Formats: sequence, structure tokens, C-alpha cells
Amino acid sequence: MVWGRFLWGILALGALAGLGFVAYAWEREIAPIEPSQLGRFDATEIRQGAALAAIGNCGSCHTRPGGATHAGGRALATPFGTIHSSNITPDAETGIGGWSFEAFARAMRKGVDRAGRHLYPAFPYDHFTLTSEADNRALYAFLMTRAPINATALQNNLPFPLNERLLIAGWKLLYLKQGDFRPDPSKGSAWNRGAYLTEGLAHCGACHTPRNGMGAEIRGRSLDGGEVEGWVAYAINEKSPSPVPWTVDSLHFYLRNGWHAEHGISRGPMAPVTANLGEVSDADVRAIAVYVADRMGARNPTATQKTPVADGAQGAGGKPIFDAACASCHDGSRPLPFGGMDLRMSSAVHAPDPTNIVNVVLHGLSPAPGERSPIMPSYGGVISDAQIVDLLTYMRAAFTDKPAWSRLAELVAKQRARGDTLPTYSSDGHLSAPARPNARVTAW
Amino acid sequence: MVTLKVNGTTHELDVEPDTPLLYVLRDNLGLNGAKFGCGLGQCGACTVMVDGTAVLSCVMPVMLIANRTVTTVEGLGTLDNPGPMQRAFIAEQAAQCGYCIAGMMMRAQALLQKHPDAADAEIRTHMEPNLCRCGTHMRILKAVRRAADLMRAEAKQSALRSTP
Amino acid sequence: MTEQLPTRRRMLGGTGALLVSFSLSGTGLAQQGEVQGAKQATGPKLPGALGEQPMLDAWIRIDANGAATVFTGKVELGQGIKTALLQVAADELALPHQLITLVTADTARTCNEGYTAGSLSMQNSATAIRHAAAQTRELLIAEAARRLNLAEGDVRAEAGEVHAPDGRRLGYGELVSDTLLHVSAQATSRLRPGAERRYIGHPFQRVDIPAKVTGGEAYIQDRRLPGMLHARVLRPPQPEARIHSVNTASVEHMPGVAKIVRDGDFLAVVARGEWQAIKASRALARQVRWTAPKSLPNPNDLAGVLETSVAQTGVVTDIGVASPGGRTLEATYTRPYQMHGSIGPSCAVARADPDLLTIWSHTQGVFPDRAAIAQMLGLPVEQVRCIHVEGSGCYGHNGADDAAADAAVIARAMPGIPIRVQWTREQEHLFEPYGPAMQGKVRATLSDDGRIASWKYAVWSNTHSTRPGPAGALLAARQLAKAATAPEPKQEINPSGNGDRNAVPLYDIPRKHVLWHFIKDMPLRVSALRGLGAYLNVFALESFMDELALAAGVDPVEFRLRHLTEERAREVVTLAAEQFGWNKPLAPGRGKGFAFARYKNLAAYCAVAVEVEIEQATGYARVARAVSAVDSGEIVNLDGIRNQIEGGILQSLSWTMYESVGFDQGGIQSSDWSSYPILRFGAVPDTVEVHVLARPGQAFLGTGEASQGPTAAAIGNAIASATGGRLRDLPLTRDRIRAAYAT
Repeated sequence: MVWGRFLWGILALGALAGLGFVAYAWEREIAPIEPSQLGRFDATEIRQGAALAAIGNCGSCHTRPGGATHAGGRALATPFGTIHSSNITPDAETGIGGWSFEAFARAMRKGVDRAGRHLYPAFPYDHFTLTSEADNRALYAFLMTRAPINATALQNNLPFPLNERLLIAGWKLLYLKQGDFRPDPSKGSAWNRGAYLTEGLAHCGACHTPRNGMGAEIRGRSLDGGEVEGWVAYAINEKSPSPVPWTVDSLHFYLRNGWHAEHGISRGPMAPVTANLGEVSDADVRAIAVYVADRMGARNPTATQKTPVADGAQGAGGKPIFDAACASCHDGSRPLPFGGMDLRMSSAVHAPDPTNIVNVVLHGLSPAPGERSPIMPSYGGVISDAQIVDLLTYMRAAFTDKPAWSRLAELVAKQRARGDTLPTYSSDGHLSAPARPNARVTAW
Repeated sequence: MVTLKVNGTTHELDVEPDTPLLYVLRDNLGLNGAKFGCGLGQCGACTVMVDGTAVLSCVMPVMLIANRTVTTVEGLGTLDNPGPMQRAFIAEQAAQCGYCIAGMMMRAQALLQKHPDAADAEIRTHMEPNLCRCGTHMRILKAVRRAADLMRAEAKQSALRSTP
Repeated sequence: MTEQLPTRRRMLGGTGALLVSFSLSGTGLAQQGEVQGAKQATGPKLPGALGEQPMLDAWIRIDANGAATVFTGKVELGQGIKTALLQVAADELALPHQLITLVTADTARTCNEGYTAGSLSMQNSATAIRHAAAQTRELLIAEAARRLNLAEGDVRAEAGEVHAPDGRRLGYGELVSDTLLHVSAQATSRLRPGAERRYIGHPFQRVDIPAKVTGGEAYIQDRRLPGMLHARVLRPPQPEARIHSVNTASVEHMPGVAKIVRDGDFLAVVARGEWQAIKASRALARQVRWTAPKSLPNPNDLAGVLETSVAQTGVVTDIGVASPGGRTLEATYTRPYQMHGSIGPSCAVARADPDLLTIWSHTQGVFPDRAAIAQMLGLPVEQVRCIHVEGSGCYGHNGADDAAADAAVIARAMPGIPIRVQWTREQEHLFEPYGPAMQGKVRATLSDDGRIASWKYAVWSNTHSTRPGPAGALLAARQLAKAATAPEPKQEINPSGNGDRNAVPLYDIPRKHVLWHFIKDMPLRVSALRGLGAYLNVFALESFMDELALAAGVDPVEFRLRHLTEERAREVVTLAAEQFGWNKPLAPGRGKGFAFARYKNLAAYCAVAVEVEIEQATGYARVARAVSAVDSGEIVNLDGIRNQIEGGILQSLSWTMYESVGFDQGGIQSSDWSSYPILRFGAVPDTVEVHVLARPGQAFLGTGEASQGPTAAAIGNAIASATGGRLRDLPLTRDRIRAAYAT
């Protein structure tokens, strides 16, 4: 009988907690607006919004290859299943045409849509929450003045119970820290602007921070590096693997132009990021550079001396492959962005995770249509898995003083098996801002 | 000595192992199909198939071939007995100077062998690494579509023949 | 055809007399290229190139087996000329094409038709061959009639035989003799009537394609001779740099290296294997110190550079009186340096034997190239033979002539050994002569009734031809210790045009005043690129026609028709507009544009209409479809015409939307396809249509360069229609298109 009352007590508590949770999680619907209620937007505000949208890379996620800009439908593979991006054109029926500014701002702050449903954190509102009201207004002005496209959202592909949006509230309880950006008074205005953008709209951590089992960025490991779409996003804090340390100037140049002589070409999912930043004010790009450089701190360059690999040593079999297949472009004799970089300076070779260099060997770098941009042919058909292992082992040993990569063979096989499903982005040169969000992303 | 299986024949060749496959095919085996266009892997004039995958032979040192088989345009058919890809290109008169065409055919062949029903958009995407300077693109696409039809018809015929 | 060649060679063996006749009448022939300043021989005007070389057996030979060899001084560039000439010969000779061998330009065997350029092959060579063949046929008929004791009108030629009504037949082989065809051509010929023709105007597949798709020997790059060695020339990292010092010791002993050739600044390495030559040349490149190249102009102010470099101004036309005008409009259009970008970098094979230096080359002009090479080496012209072998598309003066000169220099240093020179991709990009940067300024007055009252146009341009010519036109010749100097370019104004090609609008305008501001200095090497000045001039004038139409409030097609009375021009314009569906509305985000030109105002008529789709946010534009109409006169090979026009549209699409040679004051940056991108399949239109007007009985009109200019203007006009902004500077890049929306 005591047990019974105890059980009833537990049940009651559970019900209460459940009700409490639901009460917490429930968000009201915000009434839809008529397009005529929008009013005219200020041209300056729209331009500002365009720049902010470039920093936020809205188009990159909210456009599918071959689709209309911002009309959604891009598939994002997550460890939990596939999520499709939503239509954020001002179409009244299928987009955000009926969203008031209040609804838009709530989505940015709290990750809740107009109807009151929680949005999956694939939409990085844990970063966008920092966006100021003025910037949200500018973004709203920009998005609401784009061409409305009628395109129904594709169904997400998530297993039960993950497809229950209410549960996201629990995730938010643990991982969403709402609120405005708070500047650090001890730092200069450029640093603060950079911090505001990097941690906010630019959402760098969304790719460059490792995530836990719940898919949330791990607190305390901000910018330690992450994984996105089958590529590695390197650490961009003090753990940066770049053998030549980044500086404010080099970061600024790289983010603006998409390449740097000592760091290589912006590729994979980073390519559209730098292409879009080519659009944005120079001051803002520099601000981001100031902040990120500060996060990286001052470091000494790591070894760039090529050490000869002894016969019989690990990777010796890769030297003839490198000399025959890679050296003629990668001898550093032709300046970037068109020449192959000297791989002693390559982050990809120095990084703890060799995924990116495996991807580039298999798929090369495709050029942007009609624009001067680097080309690397794909070697997938040329070189076998075992040969790639030999080659990369040699490069690691010869160009770095880092420990050998482990489980290379497994990784190479896995990446090759992905085939066309690994998105590759054309490497735009500095001529081609902004990125074309609907450009083809399959290997060439 | 390097052993190469090209168009069904095995060759033992005295070439330096870092020689790009393109020069071995042209200079050692006298095969004209694969062409020198850039030597940089940017234009596709040198395209051949290695184990059915389209490969730029100018950036493939022969040391990497190992046991894989190489197919060049000469392996698709002959002047007297042209294969479906070749018949399609002749029927569509898909050439102006023609220098890029052998590479185009090999790239298309690799696609159609894996995806016989490739749609037009897929064909265009797949052909992207290959350049044509004369502007023969429209005919090349038509020829690839026609080759797909011919290959499908041949596949059907041989399936019919082999059914008891 | 090829199988029978040995027999004919024997037949042609006793041709001493005929060779003499070549050289006697071969000198003083027109250095006929793009710029036709040809002077005809005195006497009655003979058709086509017969005016230059009137002897029938210079063009046609018949052997004892009744097979024919037809000689043309023109060459196959991929434009299908070999096929078209074969068709013409087969019909007029009344001989099946399998019995005809066509020999293209060879200084030892064919007459000198200058360069295969300027879209003149059909007009000149085909016309000559047509008439020579017809007259040959008539001579054979006359001979047969004589032997059969019949009137000429009673016998007829068919399939290589002359038939009598009673069934007697004499084959051509029986009728021919050494002297039968050794006569001069007549001014008129009895051409075969349309009903009897089996080839001209009928579908006939290209004779060169089967070998090209089955790996047959088809190109200069495929030419292999016993004992042939591979050479790679070392050129400076930038044009005009000179060798400061070179240490060849380490390279001399590399595997396979046979010789390092050095003569002044000319440097090459020769090896037994091609890969060995490549590796040796890379190693040698690291051992050479070059002087600084000359400084190049500021790429950001090309227009300014052009305007301050004018050497002299020539009047292209100055006619008529302006009608009373109302509004005056003015606009300036520019074009950067652009590249041929031949897919196959230039190549040549040469062998120096005791009395004859033989060169196999894909030069467009074997006679001029031979003369220049002979001059370079101090050899009599008779001791040099230049034979054309097809290369990849050249689109004008590319590196072919220079590769031939390189091979000649090296061959002379290694007598008796066949030498193959292959340029690298970077060398072709850096050292080919470019299409010159140009500027065109239009100023026109519109009368109140919406017609053009006066037209003034000025074009700034270098010469568009620095072909050999003199030895100094060759790179190698300028590098030798006994260096030739580059010839000074001269302004020449004649009807077919150079930098001023198509500078005069074809339209009915009461006053036309056109000037060519000639620029002598060529800081970047320039020469003929397909279309010459026509590409920019047509872009300018056809863009401006749209600007005028807009100002007059008239539809662009209607505005053009208003100013065209010539029927053939009107029909081409009307047909293109109709087939395009010019009056149908377009989907949002799309624009349409129209343009028309008659190439050189003398050759084919071509109108092009395009539809473009543009993403406003990114400026990315794609030509979704193109519809064209063309009038090439009498059609020999319909598919050939379609192929050339379609190819020209796509090539021009690439030039117009993408291409400019990248350079800065330190040098040229566009050394490969990454730094000089061209059209790839992803941007190719959905459809391209070519509608050809049939004009039986009309003269053949050159077609190969007719669509480039109109395509450029049509694209510019379509972008203006979609964006509301007018782009006047080529290329029409993404950035410029984005900016066009803002205006």
C-alpha cells in the first residue's frame, strides 16, 4: 500500500513534470500577416540585410542544387536522419510570406516557427539568437523582398521519437542560451564586431565545434573543430593544425578571396562561405579575422622542412607516387590560386583527421563556370585505395613531424564508397562573389 | 618493365614507371585516340577508361595501373566495325575539328556503362571535365543520347538471344 | 581512296613540266588571307582562285585508271572543307567520290592559295575546283566525241565514263593524256544542272570523321616517322624575355637526351622518348635564367591605352549626307584580348635532308610559312617543302606557324632525323597571338520619324594579321642569333576588312562615316582570331541598334527591318525572329536579344536570337536557347553549314560571357584553362537551332565566321532586356551582369 501510494506519487510527479514540460515547450502561433501589411522596406536596410544574409549563408542551406534561391529542399544529413531545409522565400502559402517580423525574430531567437512549432537545431538558432533586433529587421527586409517561390517543404526523414518537435524544447532547455550578444569591454570594437558575427550570424561554431550525442555543440570546446557533410572543419582556435599560423591579415585575405598562398584553397563546404564573404564589407570580414585570430592566439610555425623518408620506412612506397602524380603541380613553383600549393604548408596534411585530403585526392577541385578558379583533376579513377594509403602515409611522414594517421585504409574506402553523395563545391576565385547557392555539388 | 592491359591485349613495355599513361598509349602503343590537350588534367582530351572509370590519362603515371584494364576509343570498335558510341557520333556528325571527340566518347562510355538510362542533365554534368573549343557541344550531347539508345537496343537484343 | 594512291603517285611521277608551271605562275599570287587585297591576272576574270592559277591540271589530274586527284591550296581545319570540295569535284567531274583523292595544301603539289582563312575557301577554292572540274569534264567529253566521231552534244559524262547513245563508252582513264588538261581555264563553264547533281546540296557525311572516332591517324600529333625524336622548346616564362644564362650540363646526360639545341635565345631539348623530352625540358627550365620581360600595359585601363596609342587614322567609309536629325546617341564598346585557345597545342614534324627540308605542319598557310622559314634559315624556297596535316581547330593564326619554324630550326641542327616539336599548353596560351583588344565608339542621330539619320563609328585596333609573311613574324626567327625583326604592321583598308571588318553597318543609313584608329604597338602579340574585327564591330553596332530602337520606341527586330531593303538580309532577319517566336512573352528572370550581320558585308548573312536566364542575386546568366538563320548562297553541304554556325554560336557564347586574357604589368597570367576558363557542358544552352535558307544558283558565301559577331550582340541585348542595364564591355561576366541590375 505504501508502494502503491509511492507509485501514484511518482506517476503524479511525472504527470506534473510532463505537464510542466509541455507548458514550457508549448509556443503560441503568431497570426499570419497579409502581404499588404508588409509595408515598404528601406533600400539601405535591404542592402544591409543582403550583406548579413551573406554572412549567415542563408542561401547555402535554404537552396537545393538546381533549385530556386531560398526555396528550401536541401537535404542535410545528420546522425539522426535527414532534415530538409525550409522555404524562406516570401511565398504566402509555402514560404514565410505570412510571417510578421515578430515571428521571424522569434525563429532567430528561440528556434520556433510562426505556427509555434520548434525548429530542429540544424537551423543554428543557438548562434542566431545573438543577432540584434536591428540586424534581424535588416534580414527580414532582405528576405521579404526576394522573389516568392511556391515550393512545398520536403518531409524530414527522422525516426520516432525524434520526429516529435515538442521534444526539441528539451534540447533547448539544455543547450540554447538565448539572448543578445554581450560585448567584452576589454576588447576593441573590431574584436567585438568579429565576435558578434562569428558567434552569431556567421555561426562558425556550427561546423567548427564538435557535437555531443544530442547533436549539440560541446560547451567548452568551442571552435575545436567539427565535421560537416563528409568534410572536416578544422579547429580555428589555439588547436589550429595549420603549420603556418594564421594572422589577422592572412585570415582576412583568405576569407575575402577564398585562398591564401600559405594556406591553400577554400574548398568543400567552406567554398561558398568564402565566396559569400567576398560580398560583405571589408570591415566586417576583417572583424571576423581579428576575432578568430585572437581565438587562435600566437603560435610558432611548426616544421616545414621536408625530411627524406628512408627506404623501408613507413610511407616509402608513396614517394614515387607523389613524385609521379603530384609533384609537377605541387612543387610550389606556380603561385596560388592557380598553382598547386606546396603541401608542406597544408593544413590538410597536418590535421589530425585526414578526411579532407582523402576527399580532394578522390574528387579534385572543380572550377566555377566561366570564372578564373583553380582546377585539380579528380584522381579517384587513377589511384587505388592502397596507393592512396601509401601516398598519404608518405606525405604525412615527409611533410610533417606529426604522428602517422591511423586507419587510413578504412577511411579511404569509406569516402570512396560515398561516391557522388559527397558534396563538392566549385572553388570560386575572388571574382565570383556571391556563391551560387543552387550550383551543382557533385564531384566532377 | 611495366605490364599493361589495353583494349584486351596485354603488353610488356620498357617504360619509366612515372610515364603518364597518355604517352605510353600514344608513343609506345601507337594508339591515336587519347590526345594531348594540356597535360594538366583540365581539358579531358586524354580521357580513357580504367576498369570502366573515366580517367585523365595525362595525370596517371603507369606505375599506378597494376592489374587494371585500360580501354581507349580503339577498344570501342574499328573503322570497319564501329561500336555503338562510334556509330552514334558518325550518325550525328558530332565533330568539327574532332580533336576532343575521342575523349568525349570515352567519358560518355564510362557513364553509360554504369548508368545506361542517364538523363540529359546527368549527361551534361558528367561531361563537364571535357572541353570542346569548336562549340560542338550540342551534337556531342545528341550523339551520347543516340549511343545510349543504340546500347539499350543492343542489350535488349543480346538478352533476347540469351533467353532459352 | 587511299588504297589507290600508289598508282597515282606513279602517274604523277613524270610531272616535271607541271611543277614548272606551278612555280612560274605561283609567284606573285595573292598572299591571300583574311585580308583580300588580291589582284587578278589581266584578261577575262576567271572564277574563284582560277584567276590566280588558271591551268586546269594544277587543280585536277586524271590517271590511267580513271581515278582523279583534286588539288586544293586550302586545308581542313575541321570546318569540313575537304568534304565540301570533294562533293563539288565529284558532281562536276561526274565521277563517284570514291574515285577522287583530294590533296590539300602542299608546297610541292598544290597551288598557292595563301591561307585558309577569312571564310574564303568556298568562295575561292571551291569555285575554282568547280569550274576546273566542269571544264575538265567538258574536255573529256570533247575528246570522247572526237574519237567516237560524234557531236559533243550527243555524248554525256556519267560515273567516270563518257557514254554514246549507241552504247559505246570511253572511260576517263582511256581519254586522258599528259596534255589534255594542261590548258588554261576559260572564263565560263557549263556547270551540271541541279537535277543531275548527286553531291552538291545533298546529304553527305564528312569524310574525316570515321577515322577520328576510331583512332585512325588524323592529326599532325599522330604523325610518326621512323627514327623520329621528340623535342620540347624552352620559351621564357613571359614573352620577350631573353636568356641571361643557361647551364645545360646536368640535362645533357639525362636519360634519352639526344641533343640540346641553342641558337641565340632559341633553346630546345631533343630526346628519344616523349616523356624523356618533357622531363628534360622541365629540368632545363630550372637551369635557365631569363632577363626581365618587357612591361605590359595597365590591364585596368585598356581603353585608355588604346586611345593613347593611335599611330594613324584611316577612313573606312565617308559617304552620304545626313538627314535632318533629332536625338543624338553615343556609346562606347570594348573588347579585351582574347585567345584562340586551340584544344591541341601546336605541333610540327620536320626533317632536314641534304637538298630538302620537309615540314609537316597544321599552319593555315603552307606557302607563306615555307617562305618565312626559308628566309629565316637562309635557304632557297625550293629547298623547303611544307605539307599541311590537320591540327585541332585553330580559329585563325595560332602557334602552328611557329611550331613549324621551331621544328625546322631543330631539324637543321640534326640533319636526317625527323624531329617532332610539341608545344605545351602553357606555351600555346602564352605565345599564341591573341585577338587584339579593341574599342568602338558609335554616335548616331535619330530622326523624328524613328529612322537613323546619320551614323559615325570609330574603331581602335591593332592590325589583325601578323602572319608570316616575313621571317620576322616567326617567334623562332626573332630568337636566333641572326635574329629577324618583327615586321612593322601597316594599316590596310580594303573591302573585306581587318580591324575594320564589319565596321560599316549594312543598314540603309543616309550618312555613314567610319574611321579606323590604327594602333601599331603590340605590347601583347596579336594576330587573326576568327572574325577579326567583326566580332567587336558587330557587337558594337548591333548593341547600338538596340539602344537606338529603345530610344525610338520600336521593337528591335522591327527597327532593323526598317533599315534593310536588301531582300536576302530581310529574309534572314525575319526567319530568325519567326523561328524564335520573337513576339511571345518570356518567363520572369529571362531576357531575349536579337542581332544580325552580313559577314564582311560580302559573305554569309546571319541573324541570331537568344534567350537568357539570369539569377539576379548572383548575376549568373545562361543562354537557354539560341535560334539562328543563315544564307550562305548555294548550299554544298547543308550539315556543314549548320555545324559551322552552331559551333560559332557556342564559341562566341564562351568569348562573350567568359573570356579575357588575364595579365598585369609583370606578365600574362592566363597560362592554362584554370586561368582562362571557357565554356563547359554545364552552361551549354538547352537548344540551338540553325535555319538555312536555300539559294540555288547563287555564289557560295563564306560561313565559318558569320555567327560570332551576331551572337555576342544578341547576348548583350538579351541581358539588357532582362536586367534593364546595358553592358558595353566584353566579356559580359557575372559581376557586370549583377551590376547591370542596379542601373
